[in-house]
Amino acid sequence: MSLFLAQFRRELLIALRSGTDAASPLVFFVLASVLLGLGAGGELGLGVIWVLALFANVLAVEGVFRRDHDDGTLEQLLIHAQPLFPAVVGKLCAHWMLSGVPVAVLSPGAALMLSGATTGAGVLVLTLSIGTLALTLLGAIGAALTVATGRGGLLVAILVLPLYVPVLVFGASASTAAMLGEPTTFQILALAALLAGCLTAAPFAVGKALAISQEY
Amino acid sequence: MAVGDDLLVAENIRCAVGGRSLFDGLSLSVGAGGLVEVRGANGSGKSTLLRCLVGLHEPDSGTVRRNVESLYVGHRSGICPRLTPVENLRWHLGFAGAKTDAGAIDGALVRVGLDDVRDDLCDALSAGQQRRVALARLLVCPAPVWILDEPLTALDAAGRGFMCDLIDQHRSAGGAAVCATHETLPAGRGQGPAAVVVLGR
Repeated sequence: MSLFLAQFRRELLIALRSGTDAASPLVFFVLASVLLGLGAGGELGLGVIWVLALFANVLAVEGVFRRDHDDGTLEQLLIHAQPLFPAVVGKLCAHWMLSGVPVAVLSPGAALMLSGATTGAGVLVLTLSIGTLALTLLGAIGAALTVATGRGGLLVAILVLPLYVPVLVFGASASTAAMLGEPTTFQILALAALLAGCLTAAPFAVGKALAISQEY
Repeated sequence: MAVGDDLLVAENIRCAVGGRSLFDGLSLSVGAGGLVEVRGANGSGKSTLLRCLVGLHEPDSGTVRRNVESLYVGHRSGICPRLTPVENLRWHLGFAGAKTDAGAIDGALVRVGLDDVRDDLCDALSAGQQRRVALARLLVCPAPVWILDEPLTALDAAGRGFMCDLIDQHRSAGGAAVCATHETLPAGRGQGPAAVVVLGR
């Protein structure tokens, strides 16, 4: 628990000091929503919000370990953080607080821009909160695998986009159903199950990938 | 020295990086009070050997036995530039499971001569000062074995002297150190000379 908290606090502190770096995926999300809304005349479905949230997530998560790799923090984590699991989860939760949560909070505004309505905004915020955490955990696997190559970017996207698909399908389905006033319990439960799976498995995969990345 | 006294043992290890063999059949051991200097030209595998010893790199064959905790200070110092020296040390101390001991951190920063910049971001410190923050870890987080990759890099004359004294004190207190270095560390007072491992022959 103390490893989780230490890592969580450290990440928040560093991100707050980095300022604009941490905010750029969020700026992307807002700008893309506004431009798509203006360009398509407010007739797009809520699935588009999910695609935007997903791209914002890839942008954000792609470099989540890079700074730690460059300054040697990662080496120290691998040597001393036993077990690695809580430290990884702590770091990724902090990352999600600053990338996923703001996207979820701003999503009703984006929905208004894109579809001209805010029906089902509650479900949208809930599913995006669950979904972005799952996406962050999955994306971190790709980020960990590519950290030592120095060029994540597109490679991370190609590695993890297939893993993102189930989250996207259930998330977009829930949001659309909520907008039409249909029941959404199944999709929300499915998303929650996906998140539970990611929370248990992804940190192990991330830890293993980080260990491999430091072998050279 | 009896085998049971060894704090860190590498037996017959072999490492190849990118198809190039760096060392083969290398064995070393270090016991309480011991010092091993790892020498060799640039690219001869000094850092790789240290990374094997600390467990970051798996040797292609052979075994490494770490009987006690070790502390590693590598080329990448493990010091985050966006945090202050105090915050960095606090984070490192957190691994030891110890309650953060503000006194120990303050004391260490005074000893490495950084007490006046303790709350500045490490970004704003010089390379030598950042190195000193990394070395302050040696004072804050106690570990019997130190594994140091070119500990004298970027340090001024006073810093080098301080570092050598630190290794001496550590050895007198029953600790051990493995250092990759290009220059001879001054022989410790009252301790035997360093064992030297030369790579790349």
